[in-house]
Amino acid sequence: MKKRLICFSLALVLSIVSLLPVYATGSGHQLHTFNYNEWNIPVPSPDAYRVADFILGEHLGIGHFNNPRDLQVHGNLLYVADTENHRIVINEFFEDGTFDVADVVEHVFIDGVPSTFDRPNGIFVSPWAFNYGEIWIADTHNNRILHVDSDWNLITLIDRSKLERSALEEHNAFLPNKIAVDFSGRIFVQATHVNRGLMEFDHDGYFAGYMGAPDVTVTPWERFWRMLATREQRDRGWLFVPVEYNSVSIDREGFLMVTTASEDVESVRRLNAMGSDVMIRNGFDDPQGDTWWGSAGHIGGPSVLVAATGLPNGTFVVFDSNRGRLFKYDTQGHMLYAWAGTGHHEGFFMNPSALDSMGFDLFALDAQMGAITRFVLTEYGTLINEALELYQRGHYEESYTLWREVLRMNGNFQHAYGGVARALLRRGYYRQAMHYFRLTNDNSNFGRAFGFYRRIWMEENFWIFVVVVGVLVIVPPVVKKVLKVRREILAS
Amino acid sequence: MTAVGRYVGNIDWKKYGRELRFSLYTMRRPLDGFWDLIHEKRGSMAAAHTLVALMFITTLMWIVLTSFQFVPVNMETFNAWWTLGMNVVPIVLFSVANWCLTTLFDGKGKLSHIYMGYAYALAPQIIINIVQIPLSHVITFDEGAIFWSLSTISYLWFLLLLLCAMKEIHDYSFSKAILTSILSLAVISIMVFIFVMFFAVVSDGVAYFVSLWQEAMLRIQRG
Repeated sequence: MKKRLICFSLALVLSIVSLLPVYATGSGHQLHTFNYNEWNIPVPSPDAYRVADFILGEHLGIGHFNNPRDLQVHGNLLYVADTENHRIVINEFFEDGTFDVADVVEHVFIDGVPSTFDRPNGIFVSPWAFNYGEIWIADTHNNRILHVDSDWNLITLIDRSKLERSALEEHNAFLPNKIAVDFSGRIFVQATHVNRGLMEFDHDGYFAGYMGAPDVTVTPWERFWRMLATREQRDRGWLFVPVEYNSVSIDREGFLMVTTASEDVESVRRLNAMGSDVMIRNGFDDPQGDTWWGSAGHIGGPSVLVAATGLPNGTFVVFDSNRGRLFKYDTQGHMLYAWAGTGHHEGFFMNPSALDSMGFDLFALDAQMGAITRFVLTEYGTLINEALELYQRGHYEESYTLWREVLRMNGNFQHAYGGVARALLRRGYYRQAMHYFRLTNDNSNFGRAFGFYRRIWMEENFWIFVVVVGVLVIVPPVVKKVLKVRREILAS
Repeated sequence: MTAVGRYVGNIDWKKYGRELRFSLYTMRRPLDGFWDLIHEKRGSMAAAHTLVALMFITTLMWIVLTSFQFVPVNMETFNAWWTLGMNVVPIVLFSVANWCLTTLFDGKGKLSHIYMGYAYALAPQIIINIVQIPLSHVITFDEGAIFWSLSTISYLWFLLLLLCAMKEIHDYSFSKAILTSILSLAVISIMVFIFVMFFAVVSDGVAYFVSLWQEAMLRIQRG
């Protein structure tokens, strides 16, 4: 009877428990957020960003966006190049999270005369002190770049006449796409038909040269095949041409972030004023979007990056048009997380075209849907940012607790194990640091921790060596002597 | 007494031990050693099998037990059968390819001799594998040159032993031994190519008949 009662009450408790709702850690998993584990296998992660707004032209009462190609954040303003509608739309975002259209611009004033756009592909608004708020527009099919003040009055106009004859082939039109301007007023332009890097113009709009072209790498194997090729094959355009960039943006430190769709060079690069790549690539893989992929649903191959943006803490996000994903990397080039995908619903993309950030908020533009998606950090994403921030400033103790907190939300996040391990290493807990470096497969840092651990172990256990060496030195002669004496005794 | 028991009972363990220990001699004196291995019958197939098995076991140990600083291994995808294949297939392929070739180039060795020569040449790799395991746990990643140079030495040593073995077993000059060994590699690639093609053709053929059968069944069902 008693047994039965226990069974019954147990069954009752279990059935009640099973009715309770189950909560996943973090904030759910609506955006397919993931990161790669230590064996380069994608593993799920809590969402680090969530969709705050999904903005269509209809929502703003200005008609549907038609193939918008670029957006640019300036303070709390968002400039959108609404390409096929030949206009620039400016949205204002208020403190309370609401937004509204601030302006719709369809022409600039050249000497007081309105001049309309023809499919503008890019826009840049200066965040720098000396030309704050001035605007550059890549008026692509008018073959010109318009530099205007904040009232849309022309300051300088860059067209073909500002180019040297050698700058562009005769038969190629000047088709500027994306623009970035640095703090000294130099203008960097990514243009169609240009594979010699970015076009650079001085602040008066005169062509200064090309910069930042990726080096062409020719493998010995390609060289070998070229050697075997006939003259006709070689003449038919078997050239090792450099690749074209497809976007340019400037981060808060004044470095240019460029992306390219090519598989032959690094697909995202960070260029200094000299045009050389200064991106730090300490991750297991270079920043390039996906590092593992199948070929499901007719989507295969590596990521095709179309945009990149730097965030205030030195991290950056890249936008993959192949699978509609966003990837975030830290300053050392470790991937933090990736999210979103291809699709027609909120937070997903059909044809990614541009990306920019307002603080830590991200604005992602989809050309096909004509939609702006605004992503804001979740609790999980904020936590990772804080941990990175503290670690970079050298507050290892605090970063340790935050990394533990991150791990509590996502045990799949190998970078957090690395963070814990580094904090432990700095604090001198070598044995524990080794354990955590082991979890992230970080063999070189494991080696460092192990080196320290080994030294301490040697210092503490030095007597073992003394004893071993002592035994090796003393025992053989003694044994020899004893044997000799014994032999002598036996002989006598 | 069962048949197996009788067989085990009749093994001359002392002789077997001597033959196995002889691999240490061929390691140090390859020219002399490989001549005696065949012509003085100092080695045996049993010992050769044992060496191949040891090679497999030490490779497994090397993969699993070496510090992850040098050999990271994902135990979720680790496959011992694959390791076995990587150890056994080259021996079989090389023995057969080399035998096919050297019978045409008046080599004196039999198939079993070539197999034995290869197996005895593995000795330094077996020993260095075992040495590397504890070594990897006392050196750090930055000192990895010690670890990797040992691996390189073991490979070079093996190649040298294999060449000496081929020379002595077939009673060749050195240049001819090198030539036939390189040609053996060509023969191996031809063999692999034929195998792959054979399986591709067979699987395509099977797929054809399977789809033919399916098509027929569907039509029959539909009436």
